[in-house]
Amino acid sequence: MLLNYFPIAVYLLVAIGFGVLIVWLSTILGPRNPERVKLETYECGMETIGPNRIRFAVKFYIIAMLFIVFDIEAVFLFPWAVIFKDLKLFGFIEMGIFIVILFAGLAYVWRKGALEWD
Amino acid sequence: MPESNLDLIASVILVLVKIGVFFAVFMLILAYITLVERRFLGFFQERYGPNRVGWQGLLQPIADGIKMFMKEEITVSGANKAVYILAPIVFVAAALMTFVVIPFGDVIWPATMEIGGRVYNFTLANANRGVIADVNVAVLVIFAISSIAIYGLIMAGWGSNNKYSLLGGVRASAVMISYELAAALAIIGIIMTTGSMSLMDIVIHQKGYWFGVIPKWFCFKQPLAFVLFLIAIFAETGRTPFDFTECENEIVAGYQTEYSSMKFALFYLAEYGHILAASALMVTFFFGGWQGPFVDAPVLKYFLPIIYFCIKTSIVVFFFIWVRATYPRFRYDLLMKLGWKFLLPATLVNILITPVLMKIFGDL
Repeated sequence: MLLNYFPIAVYLLVAIGFGVLIVWLSTILGPRNPERVKLETYECGMETIGPNRIRFAVKFYIIAMLFIVFDIEAVFLFPWAVIFKDLKLFGFIEMGIFIVILFAGLAYVWRKGALEWD
Repeated sequence: MPESNLDLIASVILVLVKIGVFFAVFMLILAYITLVERRFLGFFQERYGPNRVGWQGLLQPIADGIKMFMKEEITVSGANKAVYILAPIVFVAAALMTFVVIPFGDVIWPATMEIGGRVYNFTLANANRGVIADVNVAVLVIFAISSIAIYGLIMAGWGSNNKYSLLGGVRASAVMISYELAAALAIIGIIMTTGSMSLMDIVIHQKGYWFGVIPKWFCFKQPLAFVLFLIAIFAETGRTPFDFTECENEIVAGYQTEYSSMKFALFYLAEYGHILAASALMVTFFFGGWQGPFVDAPVLKYFLPIIYFCIKTSIVVFFFIWVRATYPRFRYDLLMKLGWKFLLPATLVNILITPVLMKIFGDL
């Protein structure tokens, strides 16, 4: 059983190795000629004003929180979907109630304006 | 040495060879898909596109690669170095890893083979199947890996010490998490119908025809899921019309603004890797994967499924390019609205109507 995951491990090593190899190769092959102006933050020629790690809108944070809530729901749905045929009507009604509750949650978030972007 | 270990060694060798060949071919396709896209875009816009390096520009990807290697690498001052260097590696590794569970063929090697008077068994670890790893949680593996790709974007945005990079990284991650949710929920209908999360089982389930002509693909059985998944993967791969991660008139080049040389090329490669993976997933979930006529024929079964899979995937990749040449860019706030106010409720509705669809198509 665990043997089925062995190719994934090998492939993971190959994929990471590929990335590391390319990054390493480009550091040894390319020329190096750093200057102060060259290494400045790129802002289309303008000098940067203020710190570069700016505070971004809280909306992104809300989206991330909502994602966690709904992703957990998805995690619940996956195993249910696999055995859906065995559970028959009972399983469907159970999960139907769960989905309706989630709909209510989405409607609440919607009404509260968490999904607005202006 | 015990007898059973020889089978294990034979299978492991086959797995390693398979991974090696797959990776080499995959890299070649990835390099040439950039050329194909540029040529097609040129064709769509009534210009030539790259056609000078080699016949019809066939050596262009190699020339680009050499040029990229020879470019100076700039690490912007004030960059968070470890994060900055790690970001392209994480991103490209995640993009390449998506392919690990996608079946590209049925059987690529005989199950048993006599070598030197001993019959070797090649079925351990699915060594003889046309998939690198056929695990029963394949769908979860795909969504887990595509979540890790988001780390690459966030790290690139944060590590670069650039406002545009940071905005691009945050934007990209917000889009990707929103649409990953929609994509994951759209697939649930398919899992309900198949009763398995293994992509091999999903492909096998799409065998057969209605009335002898219409293939039993999930794009017919799950039409709503098909449309929703299509929209979701366009957003997830950051392609036009949803390419806000590198919306040049707003945030320069997004998270890759400060990257140069081969690090930039890695992001580029990873993006095309994502497009290929998305196309392959599209084919696997909705267009019958490697299914096609004569896939059970005696000798043909070893390579015909791979050809079908490649043809179908190329068509979907072409569709990606076609859309890029046709549609203008969407608006970011509308994109988030579309994701949360349309796609998410629609995927939930799709789950609720799936039993009805299963009844209609005789899967229940």
